Amino acid sequence: MLSALMTGLTSACAVFAIAILVLILTYIAVRGFSAINLEFLIDTPKPVGEGGGIGNAILGSVLMTVLATGIGLPIGIGGGVYLAEMGSNWFGSIVRFLADTLIGVPSIIVGIFIYTLIVLPMGRQSGLAGALSLAIIMIPIVARTTEEMIKLVPKSMREGALALGAPEWRVTWNIVMPAAASGIATGAMLAIARISGETAPLLFTALNSRFYNYFYDQPMASLTVQIYNYATGPFDVEHQMAWAATLILVGLILAINVAVRYLARRRY
Amino acid sequence: MISAASIIFIVVGMIVMMVSNSMPTISRFGLAFLTGSEWKPADGVFGALPFIYGTIVSSLIALIISVPISLGIAIFLTEQAPKKIAAPISFMVELLAAIPSVVYGLWGIFVLAPFIRDHLGVFLETYLGWIPVVGQLFQGRLTGIGMLTGGIILALMTTPIITSVVRDILEVVPNTQREAALALGATKWETTMIVLGNAASGIAGAVVLGLGRALGETMAVTMVIGNSPQISASLFEPAYTIASVLAANFAEATDELYLSALIEMGLVLFLVTFVVNAFAKLLIMSVASGKAGAKNV
Amino acid sequence: MKTTLLLTLLTLASIIGASCSGQPFGNNNANTAAGGTISILGSGASFPEPVYEKWMNEYGKLNPNVRIDYQATGSGAGQKAIKENTSDFGASDDPMKDEDLKGTQVIHIPTVLGAVVLTYNLPEVKERLKLSPEAIAGIYLGNIKKWNDPKIRADNAEVNLPDTEISPVYRADSSGTTAVFTDFLSNANSEWKNKIGANKQPSWITGVGAGAKGNDGVMGQVKNIPNSIGYVEIAFAKANDLPTALIKNKSGKFVEASIENVSAAAAGSVKDMPEDLRTRITNAEGENAYPISSYTYILVNKEQPDDVKGKALVDFLWWAVHDGEKFTSDLHYAPLPDEVVKKVEEKLKTITSNGTALRQ
Repeated sequence: MLSALMTGLTSACAVFAIAILVLILTYIAVRGFSAINLEFLIDTPKPVGEGGGIGNAILGSVLMTVLATGIGLPIGIGGGVYLAEMGSNWFGSIVRFLADTLIGVPSIIVGIFIYTLIVLPMGRQSGLAGALSLAIIMIPIVARTTEEMIKLVPKSMREGALALGAPEWRVTWNIVMPAAASGIATGAMLAIARISGETAPLLFTALNSRFYNYFYDQPMASLTVQIYNYATGPFDVEHQMAWAATLILVGLILAINVAVRYLARRRY
Repeated sequence: MISAASIIFIVVGMIVMMVSNSMPTISRFGLAFLTGSEWKPADGVFGALPFIYGTIVSSLIALIISVPISLGIAIFLTEQAPKKIAAPISFMVELLAAIPSVVYGLWGIFVLAPFIRDHLGVFLETYLGWIPVVGQLFQGRLTGIGMLTGGIILALMTTPIITSVVRDILEVVPNTQREAALALGATKWETTMIVLGNAASGIAGAVVLGLGRALGETMAVTMVIGNSPQISASLFEPAYTIASVLAANFAEATDELYLSALIEMGLVLFLVTFVVNAFAKLLIMSVASGKAGAKNV
Repeated sequence: MKTTLLLTLLTLASIIGASCSGQPFGNNNANTAAGGTISILGSGASFPEPVYEKWMNEYGKLNPNVRIDYQATGSGAGQKAIKENTSDFGASDDPMKDEDLKGTQVIHIPTVLGAVVLTYNLPEVKERLKLSPEAIAGIYLGNIKKWNDPKIRADNAEVNLPDTEISPVYRADSSGTTAVFTDFLSNANSEWKNKIGANKQPSWITGVGAGAKGNDGVMGQVKNIPNSIGYVEIAFAKANDLPTALIKNKSGKFVEASIENVSAAAAGSVKDMPEDLRTRITNAEGENAYPISSYTYILVNKEQPDDVKGKALVDFLWWAVHDGEKFTSDLHYAPLPDEVVKKVEEKLKTITSNGTALRQ
């Protein structure tokens, strides 16, 4: 009797969480779709009431995410490989501990750090500063997943190769890395999804822009900052655009998550 | 090695930057900075208490709501639901974690806040508002923007995190424990309680981890909590958190002392999340030696 | 150890690769290089953002090679940006204070005029409220607690005021709107001047009213709470069809925040405008002057580091205060009086690069 009741309760919790997810996604879809058209996707922001779009924000988000990935991924993977292969000493423990700490650091603090480190000396907000903030968020996540994935590679594979006389670095490079590659790729994709939804670290670093911007030395628009500005603006038109931009952003992020899930199915 | 060292460089760099930039207020106010309840930048009076209060209370509201729900979902997924249902459900719960903060904020402003103003808040005021002492929490101006809304948004955001860590922990509890309990004549629920008991410290770790996340959450909270540095008994009233004052005022702070006060609060937040996360890690590791917990942390 | 070496090299290579794609950065002159376009960045006050956006859009059509970007980060942030040189120009509703100007060469260019209005939520009152500075100060000081207080009733004899408590709403964040509002009350009411004074983020009386963030936050609260009152910029009230009170001006007349009345406030105070153009025009002289009016400013450095960019900026400002002013009234701003445009012309002519004036 009690068991049945509790099962009822726990499943109600699960239903509740799913209901919230569905509620949020439906809202975004319904409110967002009505404002999306080609002009909205490729145009730049215009004065209130004259239409305009988020093309530059989409480009800015993509550019900053790409650069952040270009910086964060190699460092993160490198750090992860080091932790897995050679990190069982005191230095490794410190790095591991600090990486975990860094994952927990509120992203707004990363933004302030980059503001002091990059924006003030450079004399302006820039796409570069935004991308660096995102890279800092990405590095520890990628490092820790990489480490976990490499540790999952069966010892026997490694030992077999070593027994055949292969040098250690070749074992890591030719045997362990390929085996862990799909896992690392999964982690990387999720980290990319995570940084593409970040807002707080971009507020003071990348700022925002009204134009298409192809250079990292200028302030850059991003979907997330644009959504924040539109959501807190006074006009209904802006709110509408916020929902539409959200639809694009959430659509991309969910697509990455679902794709990763599909590709990594056998791991679950 | 260099990649690994870069992580050390980043963390140390952050600490150095924050400590050196907050020296003006540290040397001027000392500990009084943390206990002062007046925040009047215009007069050079900086007391961080309203922000500390707002941060803690909003996170507590979040946990009060999200912990039972997350436990329920995790128990359902590991102990009760057949694998076929459990997998898609746990994926959907993880999707909740993938939704960006700013999107929660947008949804909070336009959907949740009006709902709380027109329905939930009225309900709470009617049915709980009359209780002595506790009732004070649910009285006051209902605008939809305030501490309660901030707490509920945080609850939605922490639920998937706590759920997935608890789920991983329950999964590493050996099946022999369950079988033994069932063999001894325990009901299914009693068995679950035994499993929960054995995983208790890991679950506590998951909760603390959720707390760490809630304390530092920025955008969604900024958008719905009302951003007013006051300490009010009513949960309907606007409040402020450390992370949201940084987001709202960092770009505005012109004089050195004001900026220093903001950065010192950033430092406080950094240290608190640091301690909370380290504590969570210890608790989780005590149950699941490494793998299960760390995967989602 | 070899592994590490290899990976390190790979990592370094990708960092270098990545930062190359990030070029050019660092040096401000690089901004003029990209494809012959000139990029100018401004940030600050949110109040004039709609009209600035309009200007930049229109100016961009006439001068496709000049890209002027403006981000509404707040008046305080605009002052900070010009001081720390993170923007080419700043914007602020509130003129910079003497101590903030020390050691800088920032000059103030007034661009348009705006008004702060009082909006209220009294569903059963159909007539327009009339408010004196004493009544407004009393409400925000906590001396006037109810709508049917004699001080309010005296000016609204024909209105059936309810016997309900007033909920005042103020801006919790640092804002130019608050600066204008509190400056008006300081000029018009001595008790206010002594107790609170004029400030972007003053110390409100504890227990009186509640704060909200941004114009939209105040507006939202006023909309949601019956018997409340709040102050917002006029564009917000107009865009949302909120009721606004008539305010008693210095000559004792209750006036509306119309474009003509805001212009009248500016015209009434032109003669007192100081040489550096930093001025407040609240509670101005003039029969029809709307008393809570204000200039909003663009902040620029007198000596521009880059002559091409500096010239483009000066040309844009020149265009804005001449041709640009025709776009103001649709957006509920008042254009500058002609005398002020003359003064701005003089100011713009003093902007130099390497000692040479950028506009004769």
